[in-house]
Order: sequence, then structure tokens, then C-alpha cells
Amino acid sequence: MQTVFERPKTLLEQHFTYCPGCHHGLAQRLIAEVIDELDIADRTIGVGPVGCSVYIYEFLDIDFIMGAHGRAPATATGVKRALPDRVVFSYQGDGDIAAIGTAEIVHAAVRGECISAFFVNNATYGMTGGQMAPTTILGQKTVTSPRGRAIEREGYPFKLGEMLAVTDGSAYIARVALTKPQLIKKAKQSIKRAFLTQQAKMGFSLVEILSPCPTNWGMSPLEAVQWLEKNLMTTFPLGEIKVKEGVPNVH
Amino acid sequence: MKKILMKGNDAIAEAAVRAGCDLYFGYPITPQTEIGEYLSKRLPEEGKVFLQAESEVAAIYMVYGAAAAGKRAMTSSSGPGISLKQEGISYLVSAELPAVIVNMSRGGPGLGNIQPSQSDYFQAVKGGGHGDYKVIVLAPSSVQELVDLTYLAFYLADKYRNPVIMLGDGMLGQMMEPVIFTEPQYPALPPKDWAITGKNDRERKFILCFDLTASGLEKFNIHLFEKFHQIEQEEVRYEVFGDDAPELLLVGFGTVARILKSVVREAKKIGVRLALVRPITLFPFPVSIIHEMAVRAGCVLDVEMNMGQMVEDVKLAVNGAVPVHFYGRSGGMIPSVETTLQTVREILEK
Repeated sequence: MQTVFERPKTLLEQHFTYCPGCHHGLAQRLIAEVIDELDIADRTIGVGPVGCSVYIYEFLDIDFIMGAHGRAPATATGVKRALPDRVVFSYQGDGDIAAIGTAEIVHAAVRGECISAFFVNNATYGMTGGQMAPTTILGQKTVTSPRGRAIEREGYPFKLGEMLAVTDGSAYIARVALTKPQLIKKAKQSIKRAFLTQQAKMGFSLVEILSPCPTNWGMSPLEAVQWLEKNLMTTFPLGEIKVKEGVPNVH
Repeated sequence: MKKILMKGNDAIAEAAVRAGCDLYFGYPITPQTEIGEYLSKRLPEEGKVFLQAESEVAAIYMVYGAAAAGKRAMTSSSGPGISLKQEGISYLVSAELPAVIVNMSRGGPGLGNIQPSQSDYFQAVKGGGHGDYKVIVLAPSSVQELVDLTYLAFYLADKYRNPVIMLGDGMLGQMMEPVIFTEPQYPALPPKDWAITGKNDRERKFILCFDLTASGLEKFNIHLFEKFHQIEQEEVRYEVFGDDAPELLLVGFGTVARILKSVVREAKKIGVRLALVRPITLFPFPVSIIHEMAVRAGCVLDVEMNMGQMVEDVKLAVNGAVPVHFYGRSGGMIPSVETTLQTVREILEK
């Protein structure tokens, strides 16, 4: 019989500890698949964040350095400058990358640092219990925006991908979601393009992955996916936001 | 060996290159900016890395990443910038990563000023960041010692897998003195088999800065403190200067110790016998020699360029055996030989 689906080698035989309906597991599996397909597990170094994303080191069979809240792009810069021939990526949530670590991610992009950032955007602080994130959308209620995010009170949601796209140092920036098989396929292509951009030394790459947080959104996994498609995707449209000329294509 | 006239900050930078610093990350701040300027020229000549970071915070995490990759990494700053690095220093200790951090300190608190000061003693010696930890703190007193202690800092950082802070001040950084660059000679260290370099043909590795279980974190903290205890046993360094049978013991570090040596000499001319203990390591603190010399002298005067910080450790070392007095100048003011000697005489006349 032909095997059509199996566990990627880089994904450890470990049960994901994420909440039901969370897409961290899917995102990490895709990263593992791409690492296998590019055959880079032996020379890839992951840099961890603080928040739910932190657990990634338990699931991927590669070297990891875990660090402080928001500082992964600076840590990744240190690793990459020390070992320029390795593949280095950060894996960060929205609070980590778009609030406390804004300076670090912006300047990594501005420098054209040859690292890849995977940014899981679930529009809330998951681990601390559902507070307002920089990416919480207008009208969205959280435990620290109980009246719903309002422009005059909490200001606008932060579109990090679009902002980083205007820096000369960024080479590949995409926003993806994992709610449908065809979107998962596109997401994997984007993750692969990010790694290839890095390997081609073209500069900074980032893939933003919209992800549901049913636990903190107070929804069932299915409702959360539907809410993501209807609302998050409206504020944060999917697609390749920036592709510098020469970024390797994938089919 | 050739003597070279060199500015303190440049001497640190050249010493770092000779000590095998692979990467330097920093952010400009007076009075230590020359360190970065010098290394921006020198390190690339050696095929090494200089990178100016967007902030002190980013710089310390670049050091964190480079150290995790198994390289010798360094940053430098002054007071306000070192405050920003404290989070990262706590993480470096937690991840057991070696790093060299130079603080050519200036007047504080706040933005303070750019005059020399020793008011970052507490910050360096008592932690500065969050959690249960210590860093090794070296206190140079001359441009030559800036060189020698920079060598030592890289060695000790690697030996103990712990950050080392070199606590100088703006005066040491800006002054010029003749220096000799000897070859750094230290015992061989074990390979950095803990470094994350990509797993290649081995099992994967990860470097963590947390343990989410109470029992696990306590066990780790006990491990850290066994290491700090070993440092206290093996790495205490100090200089004793002056009379063998002193009437009063002076204690001071860094720039102040230079002044105190003049005080000892001037006192001798008027028949007053003084000795000086100059701690070279602020952690580990030279407790035994200070206690012994204090008891021998019968009283102590601790002099600092701050409102009184190291004096707390001197009092702990003396442990009530004899009176401990304090004289300090702050905000960039420097104690003069005359006023310090006057203070000594007032104490002795009491």
C-alpha cells in the first residue's frame, strides 16, 4: 500500500498540549514538513518566545534557544551572525512580536537580517488568559477590552506584516490561515518561501499565521474558525504582502 | 614587550579582540562609546562581527543568541544602558550562558550625567535584574587592569557559564595610560558541547531559561548557587597596599583606590599609618582579608564615588568587630586626597 500521509520526521512523537481548536499544532507541523522537505533539520535553529508559542521546542526535533518576551528577533540575530550558514527562525505570538517586541522585529526587518519569523496571530494574549493584543480587532471583546476594542479608547489593530513590508530589508512577507485544506497548502508554500528567502540570503522573511483561540474567544473550535474567517480575515487580509524580485518560487 | 599609550575604552576593546571576542553588540552611550567605535574597525579585520543594535535591550539579546551558539560575545554600555540590559543579564544567568558586559558607569539616577561614578555597585553586585542570581563583577583600577581584567572576564565567563560584568567608570574609560598587551594565558576550557549549532549528527539540544515546576526551579537555583559558592571559594581577587600595622584601614575600588593610594602615601609623610584593601572582584567579595585587616587596624574608612553602597558589604565583612566609617562623593564628584585624609584624621582624633 502506498503511504500518502505520515508524521514528518522533524515532528517529535509527542502529543500537542495546545487547547482543542488551537492552530499552533497545525502551524508547527507545517514548519516541520517544510524543514523535512528542504532537508535542513541538521542545521536549523529555532528561537522561542514567551506565550503559548513557547512550547514549540517540545514538538520539533531541532536545536532551540528559548528567550525573553519579544526578544526572539534579537536573539535570532545573535545566532545568525554567529553561525551565518545555519537556518534560523523565530516563532512568536502577537503580543510577543507586535507589542513588547516591536522594536526588535522592526529592526531585524530593517537590517534585512537573514532570519525567518513565524508569527501566530490569534488576536489575543493566550497564555495569560485572553487580554487585548495589539492585533485585537475593532469591536472584539477581551478581558482587558470588555466593552470591545474601540478606536477612541484602544486604538487600531496593528498590521505588522504591512508595516514591515515597507522596510527595504524585508524580502518576503505573507499572511496565511489554516482554516481550510487549500489555505493550509498555501500556508505551507509561504513557510517554504520564507526559508528559501533566507537560504538565498535575500533578507528578512515573515509569515503571519492567523489562528483561532477558542479558549479565550469563548467559542467552540468550529465557531472560532468561522469567526476567524469572517472577522480576522477582513481586518488582516490573506496573501503575499511582499515578494522581493528574486525570491525563490515554490510549486 | 612594547608599552603603548592608550585610552581606557580603546584598551578594553583591543583586549577583547585579543581575548578572542567573536561578536560585539552595542548601542552608543557616553562615556564608553569608543569601545564600540574601536571594535567596529577591529573585529571585521579579524573576520569577527561588530553589530550596532537598535537598543541596549536588543544588544544584550544578540549577545544571548551568539553565546548560545557557542561564541565569545560581549556588550558594553554605561549606567542607563546597563539598566536596560538587566532583563537579559538575568536570562543569561538562567540559560547558563557566558557573556562579558562592560559598564563604564556614570552619574545617576535617571539620565544623571556623564561624569564618572560608582553608583552602579548595587546594580552589578546585588543582581540588578529579577530572580535569584549573581554575576561575577570585576573592578579595574588602571588602564593596564582594564586589559588584564577583560582577558580574565572572557575566561571566567566561559569557565562558569555565567555573565561577567566589568565595572569601570567614565574616568577609567577616558584616561590614557601606558599598557602592555600580553598574550592571554589561561588553562584550557572544556568544549562548549552545550551550544546550539544545529543538531547535525547528534541529538537535538535546547537552551531554556525557565522551569515551570517549583521543585525543578528550586533544584536549578540550588545548582546555580553551588556554582556561585565555588566562585566565592576560588575567584576572590584583591590588592593590599600600605602599612603592615595600620591605624586605619581604607577600602575602595576602581578609580577611588587610585586616590586612596595617594592618601596612604600622604599619610605616611605626616606619620599616619594607613593600609588599603582594594577589592578587584566585587562579587566574589574579599570578605576574609577585609575582616582580618579591619581587626588589625581597629577601624575602617570605606570611600566610594556614590552615597554609600559597597560600605554595606564592608560592614558585613567586618561584622561589627570594629567601627566602619564612610566617605563618599556623588553625581560625578571625585573625593580628593586632601578631604579624604582630613576625614581619616577626624576619625583617628575621635
